[in-house]
Amino acid sequence: MLKPWLGRAAVLALPALPTLLAMLTTAVLFILFLLIQEQPAWQAGPLVFEGAFGSMFAWENTLMRAAPLMLTALCVALPARAGLIIIGGEGALVLGGLAAAVTPLWLPALPAWPMLIAMGVAAMLAGGLWIGLSGWLRQKRGVNETIGSLLLSYIALAIFRHLVEGPLRDPNSLNKPSTPPLDSGYQIGVISDSFYVHWGLVAGVVACVLAWVFVRYSVVGFSLRIVGGNPRTPRMLGLPVDRLVLLTCVLGGAAAGLAGMYEVSAVQGSANTALISGYGTAGILVAFAARHHPLGIIVCAILLGGLEASGGLLQRRLGLPDATTLILQGILFINLLAWEALSRRTLDWRLWLRGHWIAAPSSRAGTTEVSHG
Amino acid sequence: MAETDLSIFLLALLAGAIRVGTPFLFVSLGECLTEKGGRINLGLEGILVTGAMTGYAVSYLSGSPWLGVFAAGLSGLALGLVHGVICSLPRVNDIAFGIALILFGTGLAFFLGKDFIQPSAPMLPSIPLGFWSDDTRVRSALNVNVLFFIGVALAFVLHWGLRGTRWGLVLRLVGDHEDSAQALGYRAAGVRILATGVGGFLAGVGGAYLSLYYPGSWNEGLSSGQGLMAVALVIFARWQPINCLWAALLFGAAGAVGPALQAIGIGWGYYLFNAIPYVLTLAVMVITCRPDRTLSGAPGELSLNR
Repeated sequence: MLKPWLGRAAVLALPALPTLLAMLTTAVLFILFLLIQEQPAWQAGPLVFEGAFGSMFAWENTLMRAAPLMLTALCVALPARAGLIIIGGEGALVLGGLAAAVTPLWLPALPAWPMLIAMGVAAMLAGGLWIGLSGWLRQKRGVNETIGSLLLSYIALAIFRHLVEGPLRDPNSLNKPSTPPLDSGYQIGVISDSFYVHWGLVAGVVACVLAWVFVRYSVVGFSLRIVGGNPRTPRMLGLPVDRLVLLTCVLGGAAAGLAGMYEVSAVQGSANTALISGYGTAGILVAFAARHHPLGIIVCAILLGGLEASGGLLQRRLGLPDATTLILQGILFINLLAWEALSRRTLDWRLWLRGHWIAAPSSRAGTTEVSHG
Repeated sequence: MAETDLSIFLLALLAGAIRVGTPFLFVSLGECLTEKGGRINLGLEGILVTGAMTGYAVSYLSGSPWLGVFAAGLSGLALGLVHGVICSLPRVNDIAFGIALILFGTGLAFFLGKDFIQPSAPMLPSIPLGFWSDDTRVRSALNVNVLFFIGVALAFVLHWGLRGTRWGLVLRLVGDHEDSAQALGYRAAGVRILATGVGGFLAGVGGAYLSLYYPGSWNEGLSSGQGLMAVALVIFARWQPINCLWAALLFGAAGAVGPALQAIGIGWGYYLFNAIPYVLTLAVMVITCRPDRTLSGAPGELSLNR
């Protein structure tokens, strides 16, 4: 007779099954793709791992990339709780970065902490307003939020380029148009000299945990689940649907804007076009891989950050183009969605397991009857 | 002086409407076909880039740009079929899958296209409709690519095909009301897979236009979101192929404002003027969409409406 705890473990592990299968098929397809290209496929796999998690330096590189991914993924995952697919995180990120970069120019000289807080608030306001606009357009004007947020993102990138190369450009930045560099006092440092990752990582993890508490334990989070589940029920209950949807959009946008602030004040030192590096797009993948679960985002962001971090190593050691990691991401995303088809089955299997394995027929005759029916 | 400037500007705008609008036309016709079947394929953006790379590579390797266009269409067909098949699985969101296809298509094109950035491939020919003029500017503006005329013809063929043929009626039935199609014995999934595949073919051809005519080279910054704007364009066109033609010309003209202003020496705000198509798309959607009712002409099974 099989032990009930084994059954419970299986019930807990089942939801992860589609994700695991997706990762497995991704690995197989990626190796096949490289073999067809007559590339050294068998070396690529271990190298991806080595470049992502093989050394302290690799870990630092990975986590440095994971930090903005956690925040841009929240920009997708929070609105997704209310049933929206927002894909304009890139625009919120660059506008947030720009807002953070110009705040010290427009405010009087302040000590470091108040200034950093002001920069963070400015970045979150810029990002929150931009994504909030997508949500507003959807609720009030019926504009599809996926296309709307993407168009707004393109517009944001155009505004960003125009301002950085025009009115806000530092005349001393010759080759790479930038805003004036941040005063060194306003730059965010690393967590410690032996752990060379900037504080954005802490911000990302904290934001994800807060988001989890918010959607899991708050009344608003519970209402969101109703809003995301069905368009009619929340109206019948009299829930303020528009306000709830807007709230998730503003919070998500604020997270993406904050990612821009950390990129400016901890990595670039000023706002320039290096901010447009695809963190917003990769955040979409992270959020979907985590099934919009805030804690899952932390794990998935680290995995994807590692994938991106290993790109340099693949380029140097095997001479693979930098688009290799982009392909790998694409295959991964396709597989994650395709294996999602299995999740209804896993639900059935869970119920079956509960009925047949955990609850022994003799002691819980009643429940087995129910699960049969 | 100001008068000649204005005429040069208008001429550049007209030329741009056709030149920039042609890829819009192909992609939007493809998207229109896909959406008539009740699915949305945001992945046309990725297909466009893959098509551009395939067309350029095949044209360079074979020496025939038309073979390149055909190969680009086939690559689009393949990716479109992938979208169609996987979105037929239960619980797979077509919008999310489109985003995945954008990543995959661009990654594939950038990976395989690395070797084709440098060499120059034979370009598609154009018809000199400005032969009557002595002005070189008029001549170059009226050089119209053959693909544009094919696209115009295609818009009319699709318009007729969707109304007047059995195929068109089945496609519209599947897109409007899946249950009735099933009751009549048509399998919705099969029809949709086919429509998405053909839509992908057209988007691939649109991509080949980008790399083989205008701008006429292969590089990684070739597409600027035409594949995504096509989705909005189809909404603007109310799912009518002939309206897609007018909408594509309008979007082409909007995209040509920036370069046209540069032609008369206004360099200020280059990036802002290049964003005009996005602003226009958004404005169109704000004007045409309403939260409380679905748009007239929208296929009933479309996930945009649910």
